[in-house]
Amino acid sequence: MVTNTAPGLDLEASFEQALQGLGLSPGAAHLLWLPLPMVLVLVAAVVGVLVNVWLERKISAAVQQRIGPEYAGALGVLQPIADGMKLVFKEDIIPARADGLLFTLGPVLVLIPVILSWLVVPFGQHLLISNVGIGIFLWISLSSIQPIGLLMSGYASNNKYSLLGGLRAAAQSISYEIPLALAVLAVVMMSNSLSTVDIVDQQTGAGILSWNIWRQPVGFVIFWICALAECERLPFDLPEAEEELVAGYQTEYSGMKFALFYLGSYINLVLSALLVSVLYLGGWGFPIPVEWLAGWLGQPIDAPLVQLITGSVGIVMTVLKAYLLVFLAILLRWTTPRVRIDQLLDLGWKFLLPIALVNLLITAALKLAFPVAFGG
Amino acid sequence: MTIASTAQLICFAALSATLVLGALGVVLLPNIVYSAFLLGGVFLSVAGLYLLLNASFVAAAQVLVYVGAVNVLILFAIMLVNKKETLAVIPGLPLRRLLSGAVCGGLFVLLIRVAFTTAWPLPGPLPVGEEATIRIGEHLFSDYLLPFELASVLLLMSMIGAIVLARRDVLSSDVITGESVDQGLIEKSRSPLLLDKAPR
Repeated sequence: MVTNTAPGLDLEASFEQALQGLGLSPGAAHLLWLPLPMVLVLVAAVVGVLVNVWLERKISAAVQQRIGPEYAGALGVLQPIADGMKLVFKEDIIPARADGLLFTLGPVLVLIPVILSWLVVPFGQHLLISNVGIGIFLWISLSSIQPIGLLMSGYASNNKYSLLGGLRAAAQSISYEIPLALAVLAVVMMSNSLSTVDIVDQQTGAGILSWNIWRQPVGFVIFWICALAECERLPFDLPEAEEELVAGYQTEYSGMKFALFYLGSYINLVLSALLVSVLYLGGWGFPIPVEWLAGWLGQPIDAPLVQLITGSVGIVMTVLKAYLLVFLAILLRWTTPRVRIDQLLDLGWKFLLPIALVNLLITAALKLAFPVAFGG
Repeated sequence: MTIASTAQLICFAALSATLVLGALGVVLLPNIVYSAFLLGGVFLSVAGLYLLLNASFVAAAQVLVYVGAVNVLILFAIMLVNKKETLAVIPGLPLRRLLSGAVCGGLFVLLIRVAFTTAWPLPGPLPVGEEATIRIGEHLFSDYLLPFELASVLLLMSMIGAIVLARRDVLSSDVITGESVDQGLIEKSRSPLLLDKAPR
């Protein structure tokens, strides 16, 4: 755990102090604190998925000039819950000739790394589960576990289409992981740290002007394309291309196991959007630094009320940026055609990989030439 | 005993158990697909042990390289060539198994003896923790530069080799002898490896 002395809301310290005031030992206070942020983030991720499903239905309807769900709750906001309940009550079928153990384990292995990656998503200076030093690298390495789950479910289904879908999914995520990691590396090089908190801190100097998107426009585009490919969103949803593969590795799944795949892909989409906002759009930073605003209003930045407001603004900004990107992803899904598998692999290996390498090289050169602007 | 050290002990016991059982499963299970998946589990438990040793960067690199790349490639290879084949019965299989088991057991006893007779410097050097990334980078570009560069040359060589082998089937004729090239991927003793790319 990195000890951070920067000002800001530190809920953990306050909570533990309050409990120790009640006569608990420091260890017990810490133990009581530990599950709170985890449960909170898990709930946030699941609610994020519900919002996402609703957005997807509404935006796709708008794109196709339909109305979309409207009877379940106001504007159909309860529709995702109805969808989820339906999946819960569906019969859980395991095909007779399938491998039952691997068939069950596959979706779990797809979901767990995605949820674990939320560990490093910051919503404020101290508002994250753990400020681990390897931060963004943890996300990259965890997301490399996912193909194993996909291969597992593809193999265990004992179905040609599933196996092909699983193999495609694994090939796709392997080939897009490399440009993704190189794009992240360029950002890491500028902020001299892998920690997500440090990456955001490095972008907070001058509000919107100091965001990484101005210094890393190419990296931003590469990262966004690769993130979409990792999430298997259109135009890159080759593993479940309906015309060719029925539904890819999900073909034999039903009920809650199918829902796990869906949950995984939507949580991954929100996570990718959050990480884009952390890496390139200044994370929790307001377009005008809150310190300046507080100064203009004549308020001390350390006052409890001001800290509460800046903390809330931080959370709102992070979520707002992430959902703007999710909106973009949904719009892309409903307006672009699907690429072919060979085009997909060509794009990854022959176009994005060289561009990402050149981007990394140019970033290094610029960092040496202009250490003021590119993080000395 | 504090809560932290209890948690550490439980994690160590669980990780070691999965590591040992998983490794035994990799070797002993008859189904090669199960072995490959268990290998992924073994790599993950090793990463967990690195985490317990406060080496988070090494743990993440272990997951990325071994689970994300090596194990996925092994699975790919198995699934692309998943051919049901009845192997010919090997004569004297029980005796062979007994012999290899004895060799493994002997090696195990030897390693146990080494582990117990060596005077380990306890407690070891303090873990560098978060500074590890910087330390690894410094070592890679100073005293470990030669192995690092040699490894990259090795990787380049194997990559070029893979490309040459994979691209052979698109050539129509041999550059030197002028014979038509067999379109299969069968290794031929006479044909040179480097051929002209332009079809004749």
